[in-house]
Amino acid sequence: MRIIELKATVTASNDRDAAALRGELKSKGTLLINLMASPGAGKTTLLERTIRDLSGEFKIGVMEADVDSDVDALRAERAGAKAIQVHTGGMCHMDAGMTRRGLEDMGWEGTDIIFLENVGNLICPAEFDTGAGKKVMLLSTPEGDDKPLKYPLMFRESDVLIISKTDVAPYFDFDFDKCVERARKLNPNITVFRLSAKTGEGFEEWENWLRNAAAEWKGAKE
Amino acid sequence: MHEMGIVLHLAKTLEETAAEQNIALISRVTLQVGEVSGIMTDLFCDCWDYFSARHPVLKGSKLVIEPIKAVTFCDSCKREYPTVKHGRRCPYCGSYETWLITGNECIIKEIEVGAESGANGDDRK
Repeated sequence: MRIIELKATVTASNDRDAAALRGELKSKGTLLINLMASPGAGKTTLLERTIRDLSGEFKIGVMEADVDSDVDALRAERAGAKAIQVHTGGMCHMDAGMTRRGLEDMGWEGTDIIFLENVGNLICPAEFDTGAGKKVMLLSTPEGDDKPLKYPLMFRESDVLIISKTDVAPYFDFDFDKCVERARKLNPNITVFRLSAKTGEGFEEWENWLRNAAAEWKGAKE
Repeated sequence: MHEMGIVLHLAKTLEETAAEQNIALISRVTLQVGEVSGIMTDLFCDCWDYFSARHPVLKGSKLVIEPIKAVTFCDSCKREYPTVKHGRRCPYCGSYETWLITGNECIIKEIEVGAESGANGDDRK
Protein backbone atom coordinates (compact mmCIF):
# COMPACT_ATOMS: atom_id res chain seq x y z
CA MET A 1 0.00 0.00 0.00
CA ARG A 2 1.51 3.31 -1.09
CA ILE A 3 1.14 6.20 1.30
CA ILE A 4 2.05 9.68 0.14
CA GLU A 5 2.97 12.33 2.64
CA LEU A 6 1.55 15.63 1.43
CA LYS A 7 1.77 18.17 4.25
CA ALA A 8 -0.21 20.52 2.04
CA THR A 9 -2.81 23.03 3.11
CA VAL A 10 -6.35 22.06 2.21
CA THR A 11 -6.67 25.17 0.09
CA ALA A 12 -3.42 24.57 -1.83
CA SER A 13 -5.21 24.41 -5.18
CA ASN A 14 -7.07 27.66 -4.48
CA ASP A 15 -3.85 29.37 -3.40
CA ARG A 16 -2.24 28.41 -6.72
CA ASP A 17 -5.25 29.66 -8.74
CA ALA A 18 -5.27 32.92 -6.80
CA ALA A 19 -1.56 33.58 -7.36
CA ALA A 20 -1.95 32.95 -11.10
CA LEU A 21 -4.95 35.29 -11.34
CA ARG A 22 -3.15 38.02 -9.37
CA GLY A 23 -0.19 37.76 -11.75
CA GLU A 24 -2.39 38.12 -14.84
CA LEU A 25 -4.20 41.13 -13.40
CA LYS A 26 -0.90 42.72 -12.46
CA SER A 27 0.56 42.26 -15.92
CA LYS A 28 -2.39 44.26 -17.31
CA GLY A 29 -2.34 46.87 -14.53
CA THR A 30 -5.79 46.01 -13.19
CA LEU A 31 -6.16 46.30 -9.42
CA LEU A 32 -8.67 43.86 -7.97
CA ILE A 33 -9.93 44.84 -4.53
CA ASN A 34 -11.61 42.26 -2.33
CA LEU A 35 -14.21 44.16 -0.32
CA MET A 36 -15.43 42.31 2.73
CA ALA A 37 -17.91 43.07 5.51
CA SER A 38 -21.01 41.84 7.31
CA PRO A 39 -24.37 42.08 5.54
CA GLY A 40 -25.64 45.65 5.80
CA ALA A 41 -22.32 47.31 6.67
CA GLY A 42 -22.64 49.55 3.62
CA LYS A 43 -20.46 47.89 0.97
CA THR A 44 -22.72 48.75 -1.97
CA THR A 45 -23.39 52.29 -0.72
CA LEU A 46 -19.64 52.86 -0.37
CA LEU A 47 -19.12 51.61 -3.90
CA GLU A 48 -21.93 53.71 -5.40
CA ARG A 49 -20.38 56.93 -4.17
CA THR A 50 -16.81 55.87 -4.94
CA ILE A 51 -17.78 54.95 -8.50
CA ARG A 52 -19.57 58.29 -9.01
CA ASP A 53 -16.58 60.22 -7.70
CA LEU A 54 -13.89 58.33 -9.60
CA SER A 55 -15.50 57.19 -12.85
CA GLY A 56 -14.01 60.20 -14.65
CA GLU A 57 -10.48 59.09 -13.70
CA PHE A 58 -10.65 55.32 -13.79
CA LYS A 59 -12.43 52.56 -15.66
CA ILE A 60 -14.12 50.76 -12.78
CA GLY A 61 -15.61 47.29 -12.70
CA VAL A 62 -17.70 45.73 -9.95
CA MET A 63 -18.32 42.07 -9.30
CA GLU A 64 -21.16 41.55 -6.86
CA ALA A 65 -21.06 38.19 -5.14
CA ASP A 66 -24.22 37.11 -3.38
CA VAL A 67 -26.04 33.94 -2.60
CA ASP A 68 -28.99 35.29 -4.59
CA SER A 69 -30.54 38.33 -6.39
CA ASP A 70 -29.00 41.03 -8.60
CA VAL A 71 -30.00 44.25 -6.79
CA ASP A 72 -26.40 45.15 -5.96
CA ALA A 73 -25.08 44.83 -9.51
CA LEU A 74 -27.89 47.08 -10.75
CA ARG A 75 -26.94 49.72 -8.19
CA ALA A 76 -23.27 49.61 -9.20
CA GLU A 77 -24.20 49.79 -12.88
CA ARG A 78 -26.45 52.78 -12.33
CA ALA A 79 -23.57 54.54 -10.55
CA GLY A 80 -21.46 54.16 -13.69
CA ALA A 81 -19.41 50.97 -13.35
CA LYS A 82 -19.20 47.89 -15.49
CA ALA A 83 -20.92 45.35 -13.27
CA ILE A 84 -21.60 41.67 -13.04
CA GLN A 85 -23.58 39.68 -10.51
CA VAL A 86 -22.12 36.38 -9.41
CA HIS A 87 -24.19 33.85 -7.52
CA THR A 88 -22.17 31.67 -5.22
CA GLY A 89 -24.75 28.89 -5.18
CA GLY A 90 -25.12 28.87 -1.41
CA MET A 91 -21.41 29.26 -0.72
CA CYS A 92 -20.48 31.76 1.96
CA HIS A 93 -17.43 33.22 0.20
CA MET A 94 -15.75 33.71 -3.17
CA ASP A 95 -12.71 31.67 -4.14
CA ALA A 96 -10.17 32.23 -6.90
CA GLY A 97 -11.92 29.99 -9.44
CA MET A 98 -15.28 31.73 -9.02
CA THR A 99 -13.57 35.12 -9.18
CA ARG A 100 -11.82 34.24 -12.43
CA ARG A 101 -15.05 33.02 -14.04
CA GLY A 102 -16.85 36.20 -12.94
CA LEU A 103 -14.06 38.43 -14.30
CA GLU A 104 -14.02 36.60 -17.62
CA ASP A 105 -17.82 36.86 -17.96
CA MET A 106 -17.65 40.57 -17.21
CA GLY A 107 -14.69 41.21 -19.51
CA TRP A 108 -12.07 42.86 -17.32
CA GLU A 109 -9.37 43.93 -19.79
CA GLY A 110 -8.94 47.68 -19.90
CA THR A 111 -10.34 48.27 -16.41
CA ASP A 112 -8.16 50.05 -13.83
CA ILE A 113 -9.92 49.07 -10.62
CA ILE A 114 -12.29 46.17 -10.01
CA PHE A 115 -14.15 45.79 -6.75
CA LEU A 116 -15.11 42.30 -5.76
CA GLU A 117 -17.94 42.79 -3.30
CA ASN A 118 -17.66 39.56 -1.39
CA VAL A 119 -20.53 37.74 0.32
CA GLY A 120 -21.60 39.55 3.51
CA ASN A 121 -19.78 37.59 6.21
CA LEU A 122 -16.82 38.30 8.49
CA ILE A 123 -15.52 34.73 8.64
CA CYS A 124 -15.08 32.68 5.47
CA PRO A 125 -14.16 35.45 3.00
CA ALA A 126 -11.04 36.10 5.10
CA GLU A 127 -9.86 32.53 4.64
CA PHE A 128 -9.96 32.26 0.86
CA ASP A 129 -7.55 34.08 -1.42
CA THR A 130 -9.50 35.40 -4.42
CA GLY A 131 -6.48 36.69 -6.33
CA ALA A 132 -7.14 40.27 -5.26
CA GLY A 133 -4.25 42.75 -5.00
CA LYS A 134 -5.71 44.50 -1.95
CA LYS A 135 -8.17 43.52 0.75
CA VAL A 136 -10.46 46.14 2.20
CA MET A 137 -12.89 45.52 5.04
CA LEU A 138 -15.79 47.58 6.22
CA LEU A 139 -17.09 47.72 9.77
CA SER A 140 -20.15 49.85 10.44
CA THR A 141 -20.54 51.54 13.80
CA PRO A 142 -23.85 49.77 14.69
CA GLU A 143 -21.95 46.46 14.62
CA GLY A 144 -19.88 47.49 17.63
CA ASP A 145 -16.24 48.23 18.44
CA ASP A 146 -15.67 44.70 19.77
CA LYS A 147 -15.64 43.04 16.34
CA PRO A 148 -11.81 42.78 16.10
CA LEU A 149 -11.97 40.57 19.19
CA LYS A 150 -14.59 38.28 17.68
CA TYR A 151 -13.40 38.02 14.08
CA PRO A 152 -9.61 38.43 14.34
CA LEU A 153 -8.71 36.79 11.03
CA MET A 154 -10.67 39.33 8.98
CA PHE A 155 -8.81 42.20 10.65
CA ARG A 156 -5.46 40.42 10.34
CA GLU A 157 -5.93 39.80 6.63
CA SER A 158 -7.15 43.25 5.56
CA ASP A 159 -4.96 46.04 4.21
CA VAL A 160 -7.60 48.66 4.95
CA LEU A 161 -10.30 48.98 7.60
CA ILE A 162 -13.08 51.42 6.80
CA ILE A 163 -15.26 52.29 9.77
CA SER A 164 -18.55 53.25 8.12
CA LYS A 165 -21.73 54.99 9.25
CA THR A 166 -19.76 57.35 11.49
CA ASP A 167 -22.76 59.73 11.49
CA VAL A 168 -24.74 57.36 13.71
CA ALA A 169 -21.85 56.32 15.98
CA PRO A 170 -23.14 58.26 19.03
CA TYR A 171 -26.35 56.20 19.06
CA PHE A 172 -24.38 53.00 19.35
CA ASP A 173 -21.69 54.06 21.86
CA PHE A 174 -19.08 53.14 19.29
CA ASP A 175 -15.58 53.79 20.67
CA PHE A 176 -13.31 54.55 17.67
CA ASP A 177 -10.07 54.53 19.65
CA LYS A 178 -10.86 51.21 21.24
CA CYS A 179 -11.80 49.69 17.89
CA VAL A 180 -8.65 50.92 16.14
CA GLU A 181 -6.46 49.82 19.04
CA ARG A 182 -7.98 46.33 18.90
CA ALA A 183 -7.53 46.16 15.13
CA ARG A 184 -3.90 47.37 15.27
CA LYS A 185 -3.09 44.80 17.93
CA LEU A 186 -3.96 42.15 15.34
CA ASN A 187 -2.55 44.00 12.35
CA PRO A 188 -0.15 46.89 13.08
CA ASN A 189 -0.01 47.93 9.40
CA ILE A 190 -3.74 48.25 8.78
CA THR A 191 -4.81 51.59 7.27
CA VAL A 192 -7.95 52.98 8.90
CA PHE A 193 -10.54 55.38 7.46
CA ARG A 194 -13.61 56.78 9.17
CA LEU A 195 -16.33 57.28 6.66
CA SER A 196 -19.96 58.26 6.29
CA ALA A 197 -21.81 57.99 3.00
CA LYS A 198 -24.49 60.29 4.46
CA THR A 199 -22.22 63.24 5.29
CA GLY A 200 -19.35 62.45 2.94
CA GLU A 201 -16.86 62.30 5.82
CA GLY A 202 -13.68 60.42 4.94
CA PHE A 203 -14.35 59.94 1.23
CA GLU A 204 -11.50 62.20 0.19
CA GLU A 205 -8.97 60.20 2.21
CA TRP A 206 -10.35 56.86 1.01
CA GLU A 207 -10.37 57.93 -2.63
CA ASN A 208 -6.82 59.25 -2.37
CA TRP A 209 -5.77 55.90 -0.99
CA LEU A 210 -7.45 54.24 -3.99
CA ARG A 211 -5.67 56.57 -6.43
CA ASN A 212 -2.30 55.74 -4.87
CA ALA A 213 -3.02 52.02 -4.72
CA ALA A 214 -4.08 51.94 -8.39
CA ALA A 215 -0.99 53.92 -9.47
CA GLU A 216 1.31 51.72 -7.40
CA TRP A 217 -0.22 48.58 -8.87
CA LYS A 218 0.25 49.82 -12.43
CA GLY A 219 3.78 50.96 -11.67
CA ALA A 220 4.72 47.55 -10.38
CA LYS A 221 3.32 45.72 -13.38
CA GLU A 222 6.65 44.89 -14.96
CA MET B 1 -21.69 26.22 4.60
CA HIS B 2 -18.17 27.06 5.70
CA GLU B 3 -17.28 23.37 5.90
CA MET B 4 -18.77 22.79 2.45
CA GLY B 5 -16.41 25.35 0.94
CA ILE B 6 -13.38 23.80 2.59
CA VAL B 7 -14.33 20.28 1.55
CA LEU B 8 -14.77 21.49 -2.03
CA HIS B 9 -11.22 22.86 -2.00
CA LEU B 10 -9.90 19.74 -0.34
CA ALA B 11 -11.50 17.57 -3.04
CA LYS B 12 -10.01 19.74 -5.77
CA THR B 13 -6.52 19.68 -4.24
CA LEU B 14 -6.74 15.88 -3.92
CA GLU B 15 -7.93 15.46 -7.52
CA GLU B 16 -4.98 17.51 -8.76
CA THR B 17 -2.57 15.51 -6.63
CA ALA B 18 -4.02 12.26 -7.95
CA ALA B 19 -3.61 13.42 -11.55
CA GLU B 20 0.02 14.47 -10.92
CA GLN B 21 0.96 11.22 -9.22
CA ASN B 22 -0.98 8.82 -11.45
CA ILE B 23 -3.38 7.72 -8.77
CA ALA B 24 -6.72 6.25 -9.82
CA LEU B 25 -8.19 5.95 -6.33
CA ILE B 26 -7.35 7.48 -3.00
CA SER B 27 -8.51 5.08 -0.29
CA ARG B 28 -7.72 7.18 2.79
CA VAL B 29 -7.07 10.84 3.52
CA THR B 30 -5.56 12.00 6.82
CA LEU B 31 -6.19 15.59 7.82
CA GLN B 32 -4.67 17.49 10.72
CA VAL B 33 -7.20 19.95 12.06
CA GLY B 34 -6.41 22.53 14.73
CA GLU B 35 -8.70 22.93 17.75
CA VAL B 36 -9.33 26.58 16.91
CA SER B 37 -9.35 26.28 13.12
CA GLY B 38 -13.09 26.98 13.14
CA ILE B 39 -13.87 23.65 11.50
CA MET B 40 -16.69 21.59 12.99
CA THR B 41 -15.53 18.02 12.60
CA ASP B 42 -19.04 16.45 12.43
CA LEU B 43 -20.23 18.82 9.74
CA PHE B 44 -16.97 18.41 7.88
CA CYS B 45 -17.38 14.63 7.77
CA ASP B 46 -20.97 14.97 6.47
CA CYS B 47 -19.76 17.24 3.69
CA TRP B 48 -16.93 14.82 2.94
CA ASP B 49 -19.40 11.95 2.54
CA TYR B 50 -21.40 14.03 0.11
CA PHE B 51 -18.51 15.19 -2.07
CA SER B 52 -16.31 12.10 -1.97
CA ALA B 53 -19.17 10.06 -3.42
CA ARG B 54 -19.24 12.47 -6.38
CA HIS B 55 -15.51 12.47 -7.19
CA PRO B 56 -14.47 9.17 -8.83
CA VAL B 57 -10.94 9.43 -7.42
CA LEU B 58 -12.32 9.70 -3.86
CA LYS B 59 -15.14 7.15 -4.08
CA GLY B 60 -15.40 5.23 -0.80
CA SER B 61 -12.35 7.03 0.56
CA LYS B 62 -12.00 7.18 4.33
CA LEU B 63 -11.45 10.50 6.06
CA VAL B 64 -9.29 10.44 9.20
CA ILE B 65 -9.08 13.61 11.27
CA GLU B 66 -6.17 14.07 13.67
CA PRO B 67 -6.83 16.97 16.03
CA ILE B 68 -4.02 19.41 16.82
CA LYS B 69 -4.05 21.02 20.27
CA ALA B 70 -4.19 24.80 20.32
CA VAL B 71 -1.26 26.37 22.18
CA THR B 72 -0.72 30.09 22.83
CA PHE B 73 2.57 31.77 23.69
CA CYS B 74 2.71 34.73 26.07
CA ASP B 75 5.13 37.46 25.01
CA SER B 76 5.20 39.00 28.49
CA CYS B 77 6.18 36.00 30.62
CA LYS B 78 7.41 33.75 27.77
CA ARG B 79 5.29 30.78 28.77
CA GLU B 80 2.94 28.59 26.80
CA TYR B 81 -0.62 27.68 27.75
CA PRO B 82 -3.62 25.80 26.28
CA THR B 83 -5.68 28.23 24.18
CA VAL B 84 -9.09 26.61 24.45
CA LYS B 85 -9.15 26.85 28.24
CA HIS B 86 -7.73 30.36 28.65
CA GLY B 87 -8.30 32.23 25.40
CA ARG B 88 -6.22 35.32 24.68
CA ARG B 89 -5.40 36.18 28.31
CA CYS B 90 -2.30 34.53 29.76
CA PRO B 91 -3.30 32.48 32.85
CA TYR B 92 0.14 33.05 34.45
CA CYS B 93 0.59 36.82 34.22
CA GLY B 94 -2.72 38.18 32.88
CA SER B 95 -1.15 39.69 29.75
CA TYR B 96 -2.99 39.99 26.44
CA GLU B 97 0.30 40.14 24.52
CA THR B 98 -0.17 36.58 23.38
CA TRP B 99 -0.17 34.76 20.08
CA LEU B 100 -1.23 31.39 18.79
CA ILE B 101 1.59 28.91 18.12
CA THR B 102 -0.48 26.01 16.83
CA GLY B 103 -4.17 25.23 16.55
CA ASN B 104 -5.59 26.96 13.50
CA GLU B 105 -4.20 24.64 10.85
CA CYS B 106 -6.01 22.41 8.39
CA ILE B 107 -3.38 20.30 6.68
CA ILE B 108 -3.57 17.26 4.43
CA LYS B 109 -1.05 15.07 6.21
CA GLU B 110 -1.08 12.07 3.92
CA ILE B 111 -3.10 10.03 1.49
CA GLU B 112 -3.24 6.30 0.97
CA VAL B 113 -3.27 5.09 -2.61
CA GLY B 114 -6.06 2.61 -3.34
CA ALA B 115 -5.24 2.04 -7.01
CA GLU B 116 -2.51 3.29 -9.32
CA SER B 117 -3.53 4.66 -12.67
CA GLY B 118 -2.27 2.76 -15.71
CA ALA B 119 -2.68 5.67 -18.11
CA ASN B 120 0.87 6.95 -17.72
CA GLY B 121 2.54 3.59 -17.33
CA ASP B 122 5.73 4.77 -19.03
CA ASP B 123 6.66 6.67 -15.85
CA ARG B 124 7.01 3.48 -13.86
CA LYS B 125 9.38 1.13 -15.62
